[in-house]
Amino acid sequence: MSKLFSRDIWSEIIEALSSNWFRTLLTAFGVLWGIFILVILLAAGKGLENGVKQGFGGMATNSMFMWTQTASKPYKGLPKGRRYNFKIGDVEAIKQSVPDLRFVSPRNQLGGFRGNNNVVRGLKTGAYNVYGDYPEIIQQQPMDITSGRFINYSDIQDKRKVAVIGESVRKGLYETGEEVIGSYIKINGVNFMVIGTYTKKSQGGGDPEENQKEIYVPFTSFSQAFNMGEIVGWMAITANDGASITELKSRVFDVVKARHSISPDDDRAVGNFDLYQEYSQINGLFVALNFVAYFVGILVLLSGIIGISNIMLIVVKERTKEIGIRRALGATPWEIRSQILLESIFLTIISGMAGIVLASGVLALVNLVLDGMDTSTMMFANPTVNIGVVFIALLILIVSGLLAGLIPAQTAIRVKPVDALRTE
Amino acid sequence: MGSNSLHVLKGINFNVNEGEMVSIMGSSGSGKSTLLNILGMLDEADEGTYTLDGTLIKNLNEKVAAKYRNKFLGFIFQSFNLINYKTALDNVAMPLYYQGVKRNIRMEKAMHYLEKVGLAEWANHHPNELSGGQKQRVAIARSLASDPKVLLADEPTGALDTKTSYEVMELIQGINDEGKTILLVTHEDDIAHMTKRIVNLKDGLIIDDSVVKQVRAKEAKELQMLAKKAANV
Repeated sequence: MSKLFSRDIWSEIIEALSSNWFRTLLTAFGVLWGIFILVILLAAGKGLENGVKQGFGGMATNSMFMWTQTASKPYKGLPKGRRYNFKIGDVEAIKQSVPDLRFVSPRNQLGGFRGNNNVVRGLKTGAYNVYGDYPEIIQQQPMDITSGRFINYSDIQDKRKVAVIGESVRKGLYETGEEVIGSYIKINGVNFMVIGTYTKKSQGGGDPEENQKEIYVPFTSFSQAFNMGEIVGWMAITANDGASITELKSRVFDVVKARHSISPDDDRAVGNFDLYQEYSQINGLFVALNFVAYFVGILVLLSGIIGISNIMLIVVKERTKEIGIRRALGATPWEIRSQILLESIFLTIISGMAGIVLASGVLALVNLVLDGMDTSTMMFANPTVNIGVVFIALLILIVSGLLAGLIPAQTAIRVKPVDALRTE
Repeated sequence: MGSNSLHVLKGINFNVNEGEMVSIMGSSGSGKSTLLNILGMLDEADEGTYTLDGTLIKNLNEKVAAKYRNKFLGFIFQSFNLINYKTALDNVAMPLYYQGVKRNIRMEKAMHYLEKVGLAEWANHHPNELSGGQKQRVAIARSLASDPKVLLADEPTGALDTKTSYEVMELIQGINDEGKTILLVTHEDDIAHMTKRIVNLKDGLIIDDSVVKQVRAKEAKELQMLAKKAANV
C-alpha cells in the first residue's frame, strides 16, 4: 500500500494513459457524462423543491384553516343539517384547552372572488377581499409592509376604523404618486383610514396578483362596522414548532363541537384545510424526485463505467505484448493487476471530477441567470447540490473504478508471458 | 496443456558453465524456442529438472518466477520488445523498477548501460525514433540492467541486416568477454559461429554439441566490408 503513493506508480499510470490520448478522453467522457447528469438531475430536483417551497411564501406551514359546515348528525335534540357559527369565545376556549398552539386567529371576510364592487374612493370603485384580522395574521401569512404599518392591538382595542391595503388595491383606487397613508376609502359604505400598504408572495401556488387585492382591517372594527356581532367566519391556527397541527387538530375540533352542541362523532361539521399535511405531501414528492434523480443518474454513470471496463479490456488486449515484456522483466502478477486497477480508478476519478466541475459550472451559470430574474412565480429557484452529495458521488466513482478495472485486471494477469511475446 | 500432450523436447541433457557463450541451432520445430522458454522460466518442463546457479527451478508460482526472472535472467528478443511509449532510458530502467530500485539510482544505472551500448545521446528518444540496430542495443542494455547471471537471446539478429547483425554480435561478444553467460538461439550459421559452442537440435533431441572456434564479429564485419568494396570495383 505504501507503494500506492510513490511517484513511480503514478508516472507509469500517466504514461500508459497518455500513450493514447484520444482513446483515454473518449473513455473518460462516458464517466464525465454520467456524473454530470447525476449532479444536474439532483440540482434540478433541489431547484424545483426550493421553488415550490418558496411558493409557500414563508407561510407558517404548521398551520390549518378551520371553518364551519353544517352538522351532519342529530345531537341533543337538534336536527342534522343545522348551520352554526364560530363565536369569538371559541378562540379563548381553544387556547385554554389545547396547549402547544402558537396562534389562534379568528377571521372574518367580505367580498371574495368575482364579488361585487365593495370599495369606493372618490370616483373609483373596486371589488376586493376585506378581512377582519388580528395582528398575528402577519406571522401566519407573511407580507411585506411597503409603507405605513400593519394593524396593532391598539387598533383592536379601540376598534379603530383603519385599513392596510394591498399594492393592487392602491393601483386600483389611487393615481400614481398620490399619497396613500392617511387617506380614506369606503368599504361597504363605511369609511376606513388607510394606514399601510403591503405586498405578499404567492402562497401555495395561488394567484400572486389576487393576493395583492386584499384589505386588512382590525377584527373588532370589522365586526362592529359590518354587524358581525360575536360571529367568527373562520380561523387560522398555527401550532408550536415542536408540535404538529395534524395531530392537534382533532382536539381543537372537540372543543368546537362541545361548545356548539355537535355530536362528537360528527366529522363533517367542521371543515379544515391542513397546510402541514399538504406540505408533508409535497415534501414526500421531493423525496421521491430525489430518488428518481439518483436512480437515473447512477444508471447513466453505470453505462459510463461499463464503457471504461470495456476500453480497459481492449487496452489489456492491445498491451498483451507489453504485459508479457513486463512479466519477462520481472513484474509480478500483483504488480500487473494493480497497475490496470489503478489506471481504471485514476481514469474514473479524474473524469468524474471533471464531470462534477463541469456540472458545477453549468449550475453556477444557471444561478447567475436566475439571479437576474424574479423567481417567485417560476417554481424553480437556486438549483444546488450540497457537498455531501459530491462526496457520495466521489465514493461511487472510486468503487465503480475498482469494479470497472477488476475484470480487465484479471484478464491481464491471465496473459502468459510466452504467449504474449510470441504475438507478432 | 490439454489432455493430449505434444512432446516437443524429448530428453535433453546439457550443462552450461559460467562464462560460456552457447548457440542453440536447429530448424523450425526442432524445439529450440521451447528450450529457451524453459530456461527463461517463461514455460515449465513437464518432466526433468532445471538447475540455475544451484537453485532448482521447479513448481514456481508466478510471483517467485517473476523474482527469479528479474534476478537471474536477461532477455533479448528478435523483435526487440521495447515499450513504445517509454524512452530508451526508461526502457532500460524497467527491470530495476521491478526490483524496487529508487528512481535516481535506477536512472543512473540505466544511463550507465546505455553508455555501454553506445546510445547515451539517444537516451530520451522513443523506440520509434531509433533504427533496428539501435533498438536491439537498447534491448541489450535493458537485459543487462538488472545484472543477471545469464543472458537469453532469441534470434537477436533475426530482424537485422548483416552489417548491423555483426555490430550487435560484436556487442554481445564484448559482454561475454566480461564474463556473462550467454545462450543464443539462431538459425544463421555465421551468427552461431560467433559463439564458442554450438548445440544442434533436431526434433527435440540434441544431435550435435561441439565447441567451435569463435569468429570475432569485428573481423567478420571488416571482411564483409572488404568483400563489398571488391565487388564495387
